[in-house]
Amino acid sequence: MSDDIRKIDGITKESTQAMIDDALSVYPEKARKKRAPHLAPNDAASGCASVKSNKKTVPGVMSARGCAYAGAKGVVWGPIRDMVHVSHGPVGCGWYSWGTRRNLVTGINGVTQFAMQFTSDFQEKDIVYGGDKKLKTLLQEAVDLFPLAKGISVLSECPVGLIGDDINSVAKQSSKELDLPIIPCNCEGFRGVSQSLGHHISNDTIRDYIIETREFAEPSSPYDIALIGDYNIGGDVWSATALLEEIGLNVKATWTGDGELEKIAATHQVKLNLIHCYRSMNYMCKVMEEKYGIPWLEFNFFGPTKIRESLRAIAERFDDTIKANVERVIAKYDPIMQAIIDEYKPRLDGKKVMLLVGGLRPRHTIGAYEDLGMDCVGSGYEFAHTDDYDRTAPEMPDATVVYDDPSEYEFEKFAHALKPDLIGSGIKEKYVFQKMGIPFRQMHSWDYSGPYHAYQGFEIFARDVDMAVNSPTWKLVKAPF
Amino acid sequence: MRQIAIYGKGGIGKSTTTQNTVAGLAYLGKKVMIVGCDPKADSTRLILHAKVQNTVMDLVREKGTVEDLELEDVMKIGYGDTKCVESGGPEPGVGCAGRGVITAINFLEENGAYTDDLDFVFYDVLGDVVCGGFAMPIREGKAEEIYIVCSGEMMAMYAANNISKGILKYASSGKVRLAGLICNARKTDMEFELVSALAAKLGTQMIHFVPRDNQVQRAEMRRMTVIEYSPEHPQAQEYRMLAEKILNNKMLVVPTPLEMDELEDLLMEYGIMEAEDESVVGVVEAAA
Repeated sequence: MSDDIRKIDGITKESTQAMIDDALSVYPEKARKKRAPHLAPNDAASGCASVKSNKKTVPGVMSARGCAYAGAKGVVWGPIRDMVHVSHGPVGCGWYSWGTRRNLVTGINGVTQFAMQFTSDFQEKDIVYGGDKKLKTLLQEAVDLFPLAKGISVLSECPVGLIGDDINSVAKQSSKELDLPIIPCNCEGFRGVSQSLGHHISNDTIRDYIIETREFAEPSSPYDIALIGDYNIGGDVWSATALLEEIGLNVKATWTGDGELEKIAATHQVKLNLIHCYRSMNYMCKVMEEKYGIPWLEFNFFGPTKIRESLRAIAERFDDTIKANVERVIAKYDPIMQAIIDEYKPRLDGKKVMLLVGGLRPRHTIGAYEDLGMDCVGSGYEFAHTDDYDRTAPEMPDATVVYDDPSEYEFEKFAHALKPDLIGSGIKEKYVFQKMGIPFRQMHSWDYSGPYHAYQGFEIFARDVDMAVNSPTWKLVKAPF
Repeated sequence: MRQIAIYGKGGIGKSTTTQNTVAGLAYLGKKVMIVGCDPKADSTRLILHAKVQNTVMDLVREKGTVEDLELEDVMKIGYGDTKCVESGGPEPGVGCAGRGVITAINFLEENGAYTDDLDFVFYDVLGDVVCGGFAMPIREGKAEEIYIVCSGEMMAMYAANNISKGILKYASSGKVRLAGLICNARKTDMEFELVSALAAKLGTQMIHFVPRDNQVQRAEMRRMTVIEYSPEHPQAQEYRMLAEKILNNKMLVVPTPLEMDELEDLLMEYGIMEAEDESVVGVVEAAA
């Protein structure tokens, strides 16, 4: 219901601005001046971003952001299951980004999927003499060990960009010698202000090295689509794919959750790209639109209201068969969803939630909470840009607080003022708020749960939210406010 | 578009030679962009009549990130419509100057600085290729032609030979070629012959012998190239000849660098160095 302007009792533009001013008041003048434009009450009617975004984090405040390498390894490249992903540089970056995102995969480890830790493990001498020879050896060894891998990505860590190793040249040469796609990705962590640039760089490498290098084996059909920007957190790709197939579409490729290189490479042949995470993959959608004329559509599979809206919007792009399928599917699931709402809503109605997630969920999940009767009283992103905030304004209730790249201090301060019944954010925030006695869900990884997408996911989402908010544990903890 | 990188020993006159040559090409009606790849940022002052240009890295420092920069912030237009960019970088002893070069060139590529109307791009690179960053201009898809500025001085020739070794490494995997030595004369003995001989040993040519003339310094004091300051002066004619030779140069080779012994033999052959007498090595005066 994004066209209605919703209000929350007791929250006005003035009250929200006063809360922001109070939070900012402790900062030194320079920091205050820098942070002020990143915090604002939502102006739901305007449909534009009320805050500044995609700027360097202010020194001295703790940020939840990652780096360009994280955006490449963790988000875009890492989930492609039939490739070996090499973290090129010292061992730490690869190790601590190994399997932490819960992008689930099918297949047999070492045979059809390679969810393991590959690194060139830089030592002193590799910095001094350059790591290109080591990389060449590593690529050969990776192929010897795992001859069934469909390709290799080489993801630069910071030192590679400093010593100026030409990984592009090594990749090109080895790719020829080993007869295998080897993709160099110059995603050094220090580039850009957040992981967002890593997404962009990775999209560019898909454009330069992957797309159009393969074709689908099967003949094409008018119902061929690709699922873009879904990383299969907790199995989201699987629940979304099942629904899309139920309405009669062929999901030819998934980018990149549980993804396969050769299918991604043939995606230029689909008829429509459905994009879930706009922030991390809009770049390739635009490339495919310009280059191959493939239209793209944003959709939202969180909660029955948004699912319904999205399914109908998708159906509009197809013929009457799909339109009929969509109505049949909606009619089939509506009572099932209503039963879920009937069970959980009485316990969740009127509860307040605050969100701080990456680049999509702070707006996309709002509808699912609202289906359960909950209100989103504050939302913000780690690494969104203006176009994401533009899309956020109509989703949030009017005058609620919007925060871009907030510090731990600001986030805590707002939580004290708003007294939410649930906070959805990341692992770095989880224990802070739990110690404050506020129920919390880790909404990057679905807190070891999921999937949350599509009809299958909503039941799990509702159960998890209820479990967090209404856990008897919290009665035993006294909040300090 | 031809992309050219200029290398050579520190202080040999790379920036002066580059700017005068570029002015010569501009004089011939060619569109040129100079990319200064040296934290000292003195590769464009004679073209721009400026003390120092706002560099890419200066602005990155000011604005926080390279993503906030616009091309027109860092690109200035000088003599003969020559486009000028300086990568810039830290003062000596801190940070990473090589990364500054990589950042600047990536920025130029991503922001469409390499326009089709350009006939030449010149990279004026710091004397010593101390890390991968300073090899950025000769990575694949960038400069394929390299000129080394040298003189008849021994260390300048050593440096030219060492740079050729670097080019050899890149030439074996890509399209980078040595296009010639430019002798920036220091009036040393047998200079013309010696540099010609070194060029022959490296498999290349001495494309031009630029005589020493104080007119260059007089023009520099006015932050101008000789070509602009005194177009009729014989030294201006020398740079125009060099520009013309580069314009018509087709001799691009994979260099054949010399071993240390060979290089010393060459210097001895021209009487610059005396043969080593092994019998005196390590013998103290009293014992001799």
